[in-house]
Amino acid sequence: MKKDFLIQRSNECRKEILKMVYNASSGHIGGAFSAIDIMVYLYFEKMNFSKNNFTDINRDRFILSKGHASAALYSCLAFKEIISFEELSGFRKIDRMLQGHPSRKTTPGVETSTGSLGQGLSFANGCALGLKIKNINSKTYCMVGDGEINEGQFWEALMTSARYRLENLRVILDYNHLQIDGKIEEIKNPSPSRERFESFGFYVIEINGHNFDEIEKAFTEADLIKRMPVFIIAHTTKGKGVSFMENNVDFHGTPPKKDEFERAMKELENA
Amino acid sequence: MPEKKSLRTEYGKTLVELGKKHDDLIVLDADLAKSTKTELFKKEFPERFFDMGISEADMIATASGFSSVGLKPFCSSFAMFLTGRVYDQIRNSVAYPHWNVKMVSTHAGISVGEDGASHQCNEDIALMRVLPGMTLLCPSDAFMTAHLTKKLYEYESYAYMRLPRNDLDVLYSENDSFEIGKSVVHKIGRDITIIACGAMVSIAKSTLLRFQSLGIDAGLIDMYSIKPLDAESLAQALNKSKALIIAEEHSVIGGLGSAVAQFSSERRPLPIAFIGIEDVFGESGFPDSLFLKYNLTEEAILKKGKMLYDKF
Repeated sequence: MKKDFLIQRSNECRKEILKMVYNASSGHIGGAFSAIDIMVYLYFEKMNFSKNNFTDINRDRFILSKGHASAALYSCLAFKEIISFEELSGFRKIDRMLQGHPSRKTTPGVETSTGSLGQGLSFANGCALGLKIKNINSKTYCMVGDGEINEGQFWEALMTSARYRLENLRVILDYNHLQIDGKIEEIKNPSPSRERFESFGFYVIEINGHNFDEIEKAFTEADLIKRMPVFIIAHTTKGKGVSFMENNVDFHGTPPKKDEFERAMKELENA
Repeated sequence: MPEKKSLRTEYGKTLVELGKKHDDLIVLDADLAKSTKTELFKKEFPERFFDMGISEADMIATASGFSSVGLKPFCSSFAMFLTGRVYDQIRNSVAYPHWNVKMVSTHAGISVGEDGASHQCNEDIALMRVLPGMTLLCPSDAFMTAHLTKKLYEYESYAYMRLPRNDLDVLYSENDSFEIGKSVVHKIGRDITIIACGAMVSIAKSTLLRFQSLGIDAGLIDMYSIKPLDAESLAQALNKSKALIIAEEHSVIGGLGSAVAQFSSERRPLPIAFIGIEDVFGESGFPDSLFLKYNLTEEAILKKGKMLYDKF
């Protein structure tokens, strides 16, 4: 693993995300920053997914079920050279390809449209199961949010993953403890514990979702697991990377003001 | 009495026939395989049948995933649970990303009978019709169902087909063919043309002679393709008839009637009467009794026809 490169790439992605949300005057920074390190690891280290094969049946697939973190996904696709950096300036704008939430029909490299929460894992199960039927040995990765799992369909989908023993599937929970109305514990409290997902039939790994050594160890371990789907609980920090955005629910879906943008960019440049 | 045949059994049998020819056909159900008749496919191809349990939302979005790797999934459940319950999944995980998922419901409409209003879906056409790009079929007999099931397999986009619980009169034969976006013109009436779908087609057909004895020249179009509508046959009716009657086992709001009225009002406005479920829920009862109580009958069609004719 080229750890220094990944750290640098994450920092570059955070800067692109910040610019996108600032330019669009809307979008979700906090959840994009909590998710980006794992996404960078998957896109730039782990997955068989490139500008040359992103429509091949044999590619690995990443499904961003928490579609609100679309800016994180678009930054990765730009660095993968699947979309141009010029497109990032059109984030959330009319006549441009980067929709507020990922849209398969408008954006190359987006596996499916997400944003209506709770549906991505079912889709990922269909991919993983379909690939098994076709004897294709690629992996499906699905990232869900800890607010998102308030949705009942997520729990239906967990049962499906386990029922069909989808060892080619890895579910990643971005456990940043905040949803739009506040702390997840104070809203519905889905208690995303190791025991809970083990009881659903998953092999569970817990990591710090911002530490590349732990991320690498988890996904390497996942590859050794047979006849069970793997669930990675990634402990993360909402707004990670910009001090005044960290653990601050105000930056869930509110864009930074001009001075906040400048302070944030300075922090990222000095990181 | 005309021969009756089960549409859903024909659907299940056709899936088996398709399954023998095509390895990419996948069938999903939500714990109703015995009723929807997808169990016929399950018996023949257990490795390509997925009973998703009582979780329709999961079923629909899983089917999208299957579609994304090049498989051709058909999902079935009762109309109530295959549309209303999963409207968001069909919208956001099938239609918006444009996955090739086929949704075929059974037990559509009030003829579900004894199970009562919780299971009688009279709103599914309205719900599906409004979705951008949705194709929507409502066959009227078993042979048509078999033929359209094959057409759906070949059709490379998402679509919804609704079938009733009960057997319906045989109207066509194995040799008839049916295209998506077409209709069957039984006759264009000089006075009135009835445009019907599903169970109402054979009921409407029975009124034609009775209209004749009243001195009213009535015709019938079997508009099994509700979206897209058959513009050609509708134009014939609009040009040659003086009025239309729409008959459907569905709410009068948002269904075939609304679709035809919209078409007519832009092309050539004609007086239109609507036969369907008024703005109410159904109730438990025998299907025939419910059709009588909720005015899905020959008499109701004749009454509306006479009222239209009297105003000519």
